Amino acid sequence: MDNLDQLVATALAEFAAVSEPARLEDVKARYLGKDGTLTALLKGLGKLAPEERKTAGAAINVAKGTVESALAARRDALRQAALEAQLAAEALDVTLPGRAQSQGSIHPVMRTLDRIEQLFRSIGFEVADGPEIEADWHNFTALNTPENHPARSMHDTFYLLGPDGRVRADVLLRTHTSPVQIRTLLAHVERHKHLEHMPEIRVICPGRVYRVDSDATHSPMFHQVEGLWVGEDISFADLKGVVADFLRRFFESDDLKVRFRPSFFPFTEPSAEIDVAFMHGPMEGRWLEIAGCGMVHPNVLRCGGVDPEKYTGFAFGMGPDRLTMLRYSISDLRLFFDGDLRFLSQFN
Amino acid sequence: MQLPESWLRALVNPPLSTAELCHLLTMAGLEVEETRPASADFFNVVVARVLSVDTHPDADKLKLCQVDTGEHGVLRIVCGAPNVAADMVVPCALVGARLPGIEIKKAKVRGVESFGMLCSARELGLSDDHGGLLPLPADAPIGQNVRDYLQLDDTLITLKLTPNRADCLSLTGIAREVAALTGAALTLPTVEPVAPVHDQTRGVVLDAPDACPRYCGRIVRGVNARAATPDWMKRRIERCGIRSISALVDVTNYVMLELGQPLHAFDDAELSGAIHVRYPRAGEQLLLLNEQTVTPAGNTALIADEQNGGRALALAGIMGGEHSGIDEATTDLFLESAFFAPDAIAGKARALGFSSDASHRYERGVDFDLQRTAIERATQLILDICGGRPGPVVEAVAAEHLPKRAPVRLRSARAAKVLGIVLAPAQIEALLKGLGLACARDGDDFTVTPPSHRFDIAIEEDLIEELARLHGYDNIPAPAPRARMAMLPQTETRRSPRDVRGLLADLGYHEVVNFSFVEAGWESDFCDNAMPIALANPIASQMGVMRSSLIGGLVGNFVANRSRQTERVRVFEIGRCFLDDAAGGPVPGFSQPLRVAGLCSDTALPEQWGVAARAVDFFDVKADVEALLAPAALRFDKVQHPALHPGRAATVMLDGRAIGVVGELHPRWAQKYELGAAPVVFEVELEALLARSLPAYREISRFPAVTRDIALVVGQEQPVQPLLDVMLCKAAAIVRGIELFDVYHGKGLAEGKKSLAFRIVMQENQRTLSDGEVEAAVTELVATAQSAFGAELRK
Repeated sequence: MDNLDQLVATALAEFAAVSEPARLEDVKARYLGKDGTLTALLKGLGKLAPEERKTAGAAINVAKGTVESALAARRDALRQAALEAQLAAEALDVTLPGRAQSQGSIHPVMRTLDRIEQLFRSIGFEVADGPEIEADWHNFTALNTPENHPARSMHDTFYLLGPDGRVRADVLLRTHTSPVQIRTLLAHVERHKHLEHMPEIRVICPGRVYRVDSDATHSPMFHQVEGLWVGEDISFADLKGVVADFLRRFFESDDLKVRFRPSFFPFTEPSAEIDVAFMHGPMEGRWLEIAGCGMVHPNVLRCGGVDPEKYTGFAFGMGPDRLTMLRYSISDLRLFFDGDLRFLSQFN
Repeated sequence: MQLPESWLRALVNPPLSTAELCHLLTMAGLEVEETRPASADFFNVVVARVLSVDTHPDADKLKLCQVDTGEHGVLRIVCGAPNVAADMVVPCALVGARLPGIEIKKAKVRGVESFGMLCSARELGLSDDHGGLLPLPADAPIGQNVRDYLQLDDTLITLKLTPNRADCLSLTGIAREVAALTGAALTLPTVEPVAPVHDQTRGVVLDAPDACPRYCGRIVRGVNARAATPDWMKRRIERCGIRSISALVDVTNYVMLELGQPLHAFDDAELSGAIHVRYPRAGEQLLLLNEQTVTPAGNTALIADEQNGGRALALAGIMGGEHSGIDEATTDLFLESAFFAPDAIAGKARALGFSSDASHRYERGVDFDLQRTAIERATQLILDICGGRPGPVVEAVAAEHLPKRAPVRLRSARAAKVLGIVLAPAQIEALLKGLGLACARDGDDFTVTPPSHRFDIAIEEDLIEELARLHGYDNIPAPAPRARMAMLPQTETRRSPRDVRGLLADLGYHEVVNFSFVEAGWESDFCDNAMPIALANPIASQMGVMRSSLIGGLVGNFVANRSRQTERVRVFEIGRCFLDDAAGGPVPGFSQPLRVAGLCSDTALPEQWGVAARAVDFFDVKADVEALLAPAALRFDKVQHPALHPGRAATVMLDGRAIGVVGELHPRWAQKYELGAAPVVFEVELEALLARSLPAYREISRFPAVTRDIALVVGQEQPVQPLLDVMLCKAAAIVRGIELFDVYHGKGLAEGKKSLAFRIVMQENQRTLSDGEVEAAVTELVATAQSAFGAELRK
């Protein structure tokens, strides 16, 4: 039996010495193949005496089992080594940057307008839109702004030249988003004229407006958001509630101070200017003008076809450029209209 | 309007600090824009008398002075001022005094000890005058603190008044407001009629009664035009921001500031005959006090006399004329106190390029009952300061042209509806009376007659605003809104511009906002638009016309960013374009479509490892346009566009409609605008982008799809789209899709030929396809391509 132990020991040593899977199968054949040594020993059992056969057979089978399991273990080891070699070869420098198109950005004022829209949508305001070349009637006359009002001068309002080269008196670049009030009122009244109780109007209108003004804090084109809520029971208290709530949500600041102080606009009565003061940050404690507002003037409601005795409403006009500057601590208004990628790419 | 707090407190003095008073004014609608001290901060400076002046032993320009400072003793002070003289009364900074920028210590000046400093106006921060010591009146009390003596502890308050509050363009008006808000007593100067001492007058004729319904005039003879303005008056008008000129002019300004009534003083010796208020004759000219010669428009009223059949003296309510004005030689004057109608004055001064204190007040509305009071007040002040002998007041009135004050009805219930708070009728009555509004109560309602000084109370809402203002906007609650809840429509087949912005940002574009007015050159270059919509009053010539395309602005962004060393630019804008369009709306004559446009330059991808750098091209941007409109199937037709390369430009077609363009910028513009390589741009109607179809489910086949690739050889010039169109149109029903996946030309193909490789996908929902029908379908497609375009199957 020493021979058999010797045989097993040699086989195991040979398996261990092999590092190629194909070589391993060659070595296997020499022991377990058709002509393999162990196969030959098993075949030779028949020649033994029956009493010897039993013990010899058992010994050979044990030896065969040992060799087979050593073979399986070696196969696994070689497979594992091969996989590890492959994985090592395939390893990446995961710290290299990812490959992609560059990231674009949405203009900061548009981010603000989006937030304004979403906040007002959450209490049922729809978004309305109006032309930027506007009729004088919608921009001024219908908004209770008389013929000789200073805002109508060429110092404040952009006018257009007609084909004859003369200044057109009938159209202009809108100086505020308020003419959308008139367009909205007229359309709403037309749509619901058959009803005794007209449904409420709740709209906001964001857009570009134009004034003849250009310096560090004024741009000849800027943005405004108009808000309008008209119904049978809308009061100045509602105006205060809506706008104060909006400002606190917009700035995500429950301790934002909001104040309404009397002011004057031809198209609202009573009128108010809205100031905010932050409790933290660089602007702490300073009152900042943020919007004009008021109860829609009866003459404006009439121009929109609405009976001011039955319906009341409020309107406000906010400067989203200003809100954006405060929100993101931007110090220069001109950056908004400059197309500078170093600025814009900060808002992606 | 600027005013000193001390003057206001002389009229009404509520128990409030300066800050509280300013808050009160702001919250009442008289916004305090600024407050600042009347003088720089200094202390320990007293009134002193120079007793003697001796030469300094070691310096020619310095003097040794003995100075009496009252309780602080007689001090020796070295002084270098040229005007120092014995007996002069001057401000003296004592040792320990602090002046703007200096602290006064005992010092040796060229070897002589000096115990203080005699001060100029500039050293005290009172003015820029440093020509010498500030001389004080000889009767100034020696030893008194100079701050107290000159009343320097005062605050200058600047109000930003809204145009409806003309009644607050005077101290009296503001004081009246403060009294109404606080209940503090109002102490206005009492104005008594001045008895005439002669009967000389000048007739007044109102030829333009609509412009001037009331005119008061008075002759004062024998005035001393050289009299000095008293310090108290000078101080008050200067602290209102008006320069002191001469006693007569100062009095007219003082009364305007005090009462709100602009006055004008003519040199009576220059006048001839009666005064007329009339409209100008054709071409009539006038030299104004500001040395500007004007030819007033026909609707601008003049003050004129009767010399040579009528001569213009002044622009009514705006500015006096040079020739009839008063000067130091004037002895007889004609004082004017008139009411000019706001509509007659509004805009006139601005049209002439200036503004005056008088026109500012008249165009907003001056109390039309104030003229006689004001002329009496001014007369009394002139007599007190300049002497003289007054004649009687002549008053011309056209009562029918005076403003009307119709009673306004105020219902308590309406106030509650508009404000959202209930004010009891008794409370309303108290608020109205506090404001001095005459009102008659009828149950819960009131009838209010507005006073002559208020031009902003015409309807019920105006009174409601007054109630809210006096009650305090702060005292109106701000409840969460209550409304009928109804869901807003959510149209799934329409997306918002926000979605488009998000898509473009994801595609690597940065959003810009460009001006809607551009330079005319952009319109002609990029749009071939020789007649753009022009502004009448642009702020700069390169912002002179309205854009009809967004492309110019994006090219401008590219240029600006290149100049900042950024070559790779991907920008987009969503904005309006403006087109002359007879059929356009909603403003007739214009269409104002919203468009989205983009521009890409430099490389397709940002420079990065493992990707070969490749210049962005037509197809990159075309893919972005397709992504924007997905899932809609677009078609692209070759197009000639003024902005674009003629061989690299396409119209974007959606459902047979042209909705925009995409293409490489024309090399001509790349050169002209110094762009380096031409960028690729697109511009599409936003409206087309917003609409999208609702997804519709199609059954998924359980049977396998069969794919066959074919390569067709066609002429180099053959566009792919028509070939695809024909094949798709003629394909067997089992063909589910034909995709182009490769284009090849070169080796193995004849000159002028290219090979187009298509992948054909075939499938049936109800069965597995047989080889025979698959082969038949492919053969049919090849045959179609061959007969329609001469395409050959590449082996």
